Amino acid sequence: MTIHAADFRELRLEGMRRAFGTVNALKGIDLRIARGEFIALLGPSGCGKSTALNCLAGLLPLTGGSIWLDDQRIDTRRPEQRGFGMVFQNYALFPHMSVRRNVAFGLLMRGVPKAEAARRVEEALATVRLQAQADKLPGQLSGGQQQRVAIARAIAIEPPVVLMDEPLSNLDAKLRLEMRAEIRRIHEGLGSTTIYVTHDQEEALSLADRIVVMREGEIRQVGTPEELYAQPAHLDVADFMGYRNRLPGRIAGREGGLVTLDMGQGGRLTGTMREPLGETAVIAVRPDDMTTTDENASGVPATVRAIEYRGREFHGIATTSEGIDLFFHTERPVQVGTLVRLAAEPQRALVFAGEAA
Amino acid sequence: MSATAGPAPTLRLRLAARGLDTVTLLVLPAALVILALFLYPFLYGLWLSFRPKDGSLLGNYGRFFSDPFLYDTIWTTMRLAVPVTVLNLLLALPVAFRVRLMRRQRLLTTILILPITLGTVLVAEGMLFYFGAQGWFSRTVMTLGLSSGPVKLTNSYTGVFLSLLITGFPFTFLLTLSYVTGIDSSLEQAAATLGAGPRSRFRHIFLPLLLPGLAITFCLSFVQAYSVFPSAVLVGEPARITRVISIAAYQAAFEEYDYSMASAIAMIMGFTQLAVVVAVLASRQLAYRGPAGGGKG
Repeated sequence: MTIHAADFRELRLEGMRRAFGTVNALKGIDLRIARGEFIALLGPSGCGKSTALNCLAGLLPLTGGSIWLDDQRIDTRRPEQRGFGMVFQNYALFPHMSVRRNVAFGLLMRGVPKAEAARRVEEALATVRLQAQADKLPGQLSGGQQQRVAIARAIAIEPPVVLMDEPLSNLDAKLRLEMRAEIRRIHEGLGSTTIYVTHDQEEALSLADRIVVMREGEIRQVGTPEELYAQPAHLDVADFMGYRNRLPGRIAGREGGLVTLDMGQGGRLTGTMREPLGETAVIAVRPDDMTTTDENASGVPATVRAIEYRGREFHGIATTSEGIDLFFHTERPVQVGTLVRLAAEPQRALVFAGEAA
Repeated sequence: MSATAGPAPTLRLRLAARGLDTVTLLVLPAALVILALFLYPFLYGLWLSFRPKDGSLLGNYGRFFSDPFLYDTIWTTMRLAVPVTVLNLLLALPVAFRVRLMRRQRLLTTILILPITLGTVLVAEGMLFYFGAQGWFSRTVMTLGLSSGPVKLTNSYTGVFLSLLITGFPFTFLLTLSYVTGIDSSLEQAAATLGAGPRSRFRHIFLPLLLPGLAITFCLSFVQAYSVFPSAVLVGEPARITRVISIAAYQAAFEEYDYSMASAIAMIMGFTQLAVVVAVLASRQLAYRGPAGGGKG
């Protein structure tokens, strides 16, 4: 027998709300999470993602809504009765206990028999590859090792759900990549359900089965990494998914799902409509989809400000006459200071509702 | 000339490598103050204590430990200082745990530390009126029918005990609060998610991390209580039950004009409280004494 995740079918958030005084940190979150899923809560700081995690763990009481584990309502339970494993941003290891005692703590609290507890501690330590450090104090470990102890401690209790609050944000870049792979490996090895809070879209894209993009206490979009990457539903989601170029304009024409925007000064771009539009809209394009064109009828005129050679192609920055910076890739060596026209395939340019600002 | 060893490092460099440089000189004023105001009087008193009137080296100490009227003062003082300090700690701990979670922390803390600013004498005087035979306390108790005669809490062990409790609590509380708030709150949250209820969280997380700080708090509060003098005289029974060691020293110095004996009593007072402090600090070695944080962050 090995460590395995507790059995359940579905974790359900129904209108989960949390207010701090008059500030609504969570404005009614609805979400269904199936057993075994890896969910990333993604959003900028202050979007409520950490609040959501703390509410799930029971560290913050809800001010509205409910949380269900199958047919059991759990939001009224205290954290110690919920049994979710949690990995804290600062690890929160008990500094006066050895690594082994840290990992054993949850089992001790649950009254797991000694022999069984010892076996599970060894397995949890083996899972995070830390058997050799078992008798050290947390203060004697490196940041990456402390992180592993925190994970081992959370999984040793075989929780139905593991909650992780930006667990990699305190590590350096190289360690972050290693631990990212490690976290995914542990998740798959245990068949556990993981809810992972991050502000790093790369982390979310590479780890998660589904990403929940949050903004201002609300869910903006839920989808697989592929869906979010190719079809963001809102401008702020697109923003998060690397659509760095954003050009506002007036709608000059519609044809099927395609919309042509007039940016003034002879600039025109056609893109795919992503939501109902008024008279003005914003077109969003990824830098690697934005390129130079020779056609005079389409594209946006801009002056090249910087260009650098990246092996296969050039990456450049150009500024429109309105002062908007555009990031583009091109195979032609263009000179700094020259006027170019930048364009994108209509399928690769997304049009969102928005003010021409 | 090229590849040989360079000149030997200068004395200044060698000293700097051991952490001694011109900045070290800044220690001097403080060292002088300690020397003049603490070390010199102490050594002078120690020397004086070995020069009793009868001329023998240990005459004073012999007299002290053969006269129950004198050596009992140690027990009398301990009997006051130890329970007061323990009770203060036991009171300060739950209050600190509650205050830690409060928003209006500063207001409450101000109210709680007010007795510090009053001073022992004012508190003792207030107690004389409040807890005296005609005081509010006595009258309230009688009005409620809890006692047939007047209740007098002054001029007794209880009076000194209460006075030490009131004047000692703010100090104990402030120290305790700083130790309690020094513990990273995510440790408690982590313990909770691992299934630990409030009782277990206190026992397994807070208490072990607090022990070293509580030991220090105990020592500092104990030393304060051990040197009790004004309240032992004002609200105690200084001839008998609350004849603490500082009263014995005072009487030797200013009633018998035997400075040598007074110095000996002061030395005994110092060494008895040192013994308690050393014992408590030594037991501190058994506890974890590293930082109380949860890791990086």
